[in-house]
Amino acid sequence: MAGCLVLSACSGPLSVLEPESASARNATTLWWVMAYAGTGIFMATASVLVLAVVRPSWLRAFGEARLILWGGLVIPLVLLAGLVAAAFALGERGIAAAREPAALRIEAVARQWIWQFRYPGGHVTTNLLHLPAGRDVDIVLTSEDVIHSFWVPRLAGKLDAIPGHTNILRLHADRAGKYGGVCTEYCGIGHAPMRFDVEVHEEEAFRRILASEAATAGEGGE
Amino acid sequence: MSARPTRQTPLRLHRELAALWDTPAGWRRLSAVNHTVLGKRFILAAFFFFAVGGLLAMLIRVQLATSSTAFVGPEAYGQIFTMHGTVMMFLFAIPMFEGFAIYLLPKLLGARDLAFPRLTAYGFWCYIFGASILLLAMVAGVAPDSGWFMYTPLSSSTYSPGINADVWLLGITFVEISALSAAIEITVSVLKVRAPGMSLARMPIMAWYLLVTALMMLFGFPPLILGSILLELERAADLPFFDPLRGGDSLLWQHLFWLFGHPEVYIIFLPAAGAISMMIPTFARHELIGYRAIIVALIAMAFLSFGLWVHHMFTVGIPHLALAFFSAASGLVAIPTAVQIFAWIATLAAGRPRFDVPMLYLGGFFFIFVIGGLTGVMLAMVPFNWQAHDTHFVVAHLHYVLVGGFVFPMMAAAYYWLPHFTGRRAEHRLSKPAFWAIFLGFNLTFFHMHLTGLRGMPRRVDTYPVEARLDWLNLLSSVGSFVMIIGFALFVIDLVVQMRFGQRFRRNPWAARTLEWAMPTPPTSYAFASLPHITERGDRLAPDAEGARLAGGHGYLGFTRNGWMETLGVDMTSGRPDQLIVLPRQSFLPLWSGLLTAAFVLCLLAKLYWLSLFAFAAIVVSLLAWTGGTGARQDTGALPIGKGASARPHWETATPPSWWAMVLACAAEATLFSSLLFGGLFLWLVAPAWPPPQPAMPDPLLAAACLVLMLLAALLGRDAVRALTRGGPPALRLALCAGAHGGAALLFALMAASVPVPTTHAHNATALVLFALCGLRAGFGALLAGYGLWRERAGYLSPVRSLDLRIGRIWHDYAAATGIVGIGAAFVFAWLASSAGAAP
Ligand code: HEM
Ligand SMILES: [Cu+2]
Ligand SMILES: [Cu+2]
Repeated sequence: MAGCLVLSACSGPLSVLEPESASARNATTLWWVMAYAGTGIFMATASVLVLAVVRPSWLRAFGEARLILWGGLVIPLVLLAGLVAAAFALGERGIAAAREPAALRIEAVARQWIWQFRYPGGHVTTNLLHLPAGRDVDIVLTSEDVIHSFWVPRLAGKLDAIPGHTNILRLHADRAGKYGGVCTEYCGIGHAPMRFDVEVHEEEAFRRILASEAATAGEGGE
Repeated sequence: MSARPTRQTPLRLHRELAALWDTPAGWRRLSAVNHTVLGKRFILAAFFFFAVGGLLAMLIRVQLATSSTAFVGPEAYGQIFTMHGTVMMFLFAIPMFEGFAIYLLPKLLGARDLAFPRLTAYGFWCYIFGASILLLAMVAGVAPDSGWFMYTPLSSSTYSPGINADVWLLGITFVEISALSAAIEITVSVLKVRAPGMSLARMPIMAWYLLVTALMMLFGFPPLILGSILLELERAADLPFFDPLRGGDSLLWQHLFWLFGHPEVYIIFLPAAGAISMMIPTFARHELIGYRAIIVALIAMAFLSFGLWVHHMFTVGIPHLALAFFSAASGLVAIPTAVQIFAWIATLAAGRPRFDVPMLYLGGFFFIFVIGGLTGVMLAMVPFNWQAHDTHFVVAHLHYVLVGGFVFPMMAAAYYWLPHFTGRRAEHRLSKPAFWAIFLGFNLTFFHMHLTGLRGMPRRVDTYPVEARLDWLNLLSSVGSFVMIIGFALFVIDLVVQMRFGQRFRRNPWAARTLEWAMPTPPTSYAFASLPHITERGDRLAPDAEGARLAGGHGYLGFTRNGWMETLGVDMTSGRPDQLIVLPRQSFLPLWSGLLTAAFVLCLLAKLYWLSLFAFAAIVVSLLAWTGGTGARQDTGALPIGKGASARPHWETATPPSWWAMVLACAAEATLFSSLLFGGLFLWLVAPAWPPPQPAMPDPLLAAACLVLMLLAALLGRDAVRALTRGGPPALRLALCAGAHGGAALLFALMAASVPVPTTHAHNATALVLFALCGLRAGFGALLAGYGLWRERAGYLSPVRSLDLRIGRIWHDYAAATGIVGIGAAFVFAWLASSAGAAP
């Protein structure tokens, strides 16, 4: 957490508001756009309500049917159309990149109440995910028992690990650092502590760690 | 048999009506079937469960106050949040709205009671007994603990071996009987049991809201009931519907649950919105603007809300294009909501608003609900949803919607209608401090919880990491929740003070213009001494003058006869009176049926399956007993109903309420059955571990024989009606019809028995349930035909009294149609399963 403490604006290792990847940044941008727009819409609606009480003549002059038509239909429709299109484009940008499988695939196997990560070459870590910086990684999610959900807020949105299904989440961390990960689908009494750490390394260091982890496969974590 | 009734003095009329309609005192009050009495009981019970849910919420907030509180452990925490959600949704919100609707609806429609008073009572007992099972389980420490949406496999027997999940599945399904019966009750009452002259276009807006809500319940609850049955079957009999190793899929549960769960949110919101649409015009002193726009918006909302369920499942790994579709649809639902909000604003602008306590609470509604709606649109946007889903952002959002969209309007409604319940005006000493404590406390609890979620706090956790910097945010939330609780306590005290010490008033204290105020307050058991003739839209009436006129017996039915409890039924669209509805008297039968249903559920919970069969049979017998004494043994013909008009009693008319009830019951069952077919297809398409080792191919010979028998039953059922109306005896045809149904049921049982080892694969298990359902339908058809026969023997049938057979005919047709679909589906499923590799 040392890096985190230096940043005064830091809001924690799990914060959506401090994205460290393009896809997480998209979501955060979308959030801020919606938060400001939402505030605006709220203010506007509240003002109309206040007007209805203090200056009803203005609204009457505008016409009641028109008020319902514009306030209830036209304006929301336009806003929604814009929002849906923007969100689709942002989502599509993330997905489009993921259509081609990434060169590096890491299996994440969830079970009550640990995360096991299996790297190419047979290395295994528990509750600790090593990632290389600056390149695409596919996390292949499965579960051995109940549904869990894999979430590293600063790197990407969450995706469920469902028994019998395989879901693939594309990660692309911008730079080296430590991030937090959590299980977000209720999975029994060990749900809250079912957290994991993510360590993003420079390419060189990533290779080195995998090589050394090979010797101690299955340990690591904590 | 009845002489032309004469007009009496108001007091004598009151005495006579009260003697018939009043609920007896002492322990005999358990025989109540009256809507005013039962509405109040529903509301009181729901309020009690609100307190229970609130207490659980406080426990949650204590535990979450800091990151390392050791107040309860994770096991207890699981039970606490699961029960909080479950109690609030199923035991508070839905019953509260039901009670509100039951109390108010007949009074709004100008009727003396709802269409099926005993069904109301049965629904009440199902609610109370089902809720008690859940409550007792909680006290015993074995409450459900897999979250209020009970995702499998966590809730399956492997990971939840205890009784906890069974309590949820059986207890909630039990409570849902009351939701389904309320749905039928409300729909039929709105469609048929209104004052003469009240055409559809003249109904008070609340009736539209309740009609749409009830229809949504009718189609929304069956998927969950089916899901619960399947999951309970998996837990009890190892039928692997949700087990990925044996062709099942946990996603099927999610689809079935949210197919119900999303409409559920609107089912909770719409009645509250209806109440708002009633209160705003009164306080604006202007009729509702946009009456038609609101009706269109409501219907749009109802349809849209069934197309959105996938937005609860954006993170399960669904193709992007499908996500986009559901995301856009979810955004669209904001539009009918906006239409209503602007219609309310327009109404305020058009009138001369007057401020009183209900308006204050509506202000709270506006503030909170609009925020909840906006965060809802945010959550509908997929990239953001992937971040915010299952965090405290969602917890904040759902409380903004539910508390803003239901609790605040209902508190406004409490202040608005309490004078109607008690006949006393409000004191309003504590109502303002109560409001501010609740309003500020609420925002203090939930506003920054959006941020808590964005900082990475998942929902349903009892601890959180210190490094995530969530401590002070959570502490603030916990403080806020205690402020809110103080507010609720003040609110309760205020209501009690008003009930005890409020000033009495004569009539219509708010100068409202709707019909419920055209009666004495507190209302008499029969609501209207005589029924009005409506010539205006329902919110343009003059209750004061009308009330005096009706009390004087100057409307319809301003008399009693034959000791009958009478109200009028109207043509659905035009509101022309077309039947005299004779309602059933006070009765202990609903209580007995409720007790037997409870016994049945308890047998299942205790895994006493043989005993449960007897309980089931006893329920059927007790329900049959309800029909004794209904109808008549000779033809009555048209009877005077006052104001020079006359109408036949309902059993001599073409479409009385019970006929509609059967149509609606078929619609609900069809939804349940379609959900099963959807499940069968879904598993084939999506689930792992397909194809099954031994597909369940039905024996074509059995299937063909079954088809013939079902068609025969339907034809005989029809022919029996034809024979009866032509004056011939239907007995033989009815007996043959029952026989054909019985035969079909037997063949279905054989087909079910020949499904190869249903525990090996979800496909086989689905086939088993499919045949079982079809067989049950045929069995019920046999019962109905037999019932017709019994009624015929007992002299209740004649060419004009053919209702019992016509109700049967609906079912015989329905059973045949769905039986054919069922058999077809069984073959299709078997073919899909054996054309191996078809599944991707
Ligand atoms: C009285 C004030 C209330 C407070 C302080 C409160 C607090 C909470 C909190 C903190 C949670 C999250 C628990 C967790 O995820 O760990 C929660 C969940 C929930 N609440 Fe409330 N709540 C209140 C009222 C209500 C009402 C009125 C309703 C519904 C009408 C409601 C419905 C729910 C539901 C459905 C859940 C989800 C339960 C689950 O995750 O299984 N709550 N509540
Ligand atoms: Cu987990
Ligand atoms: Cu979990």
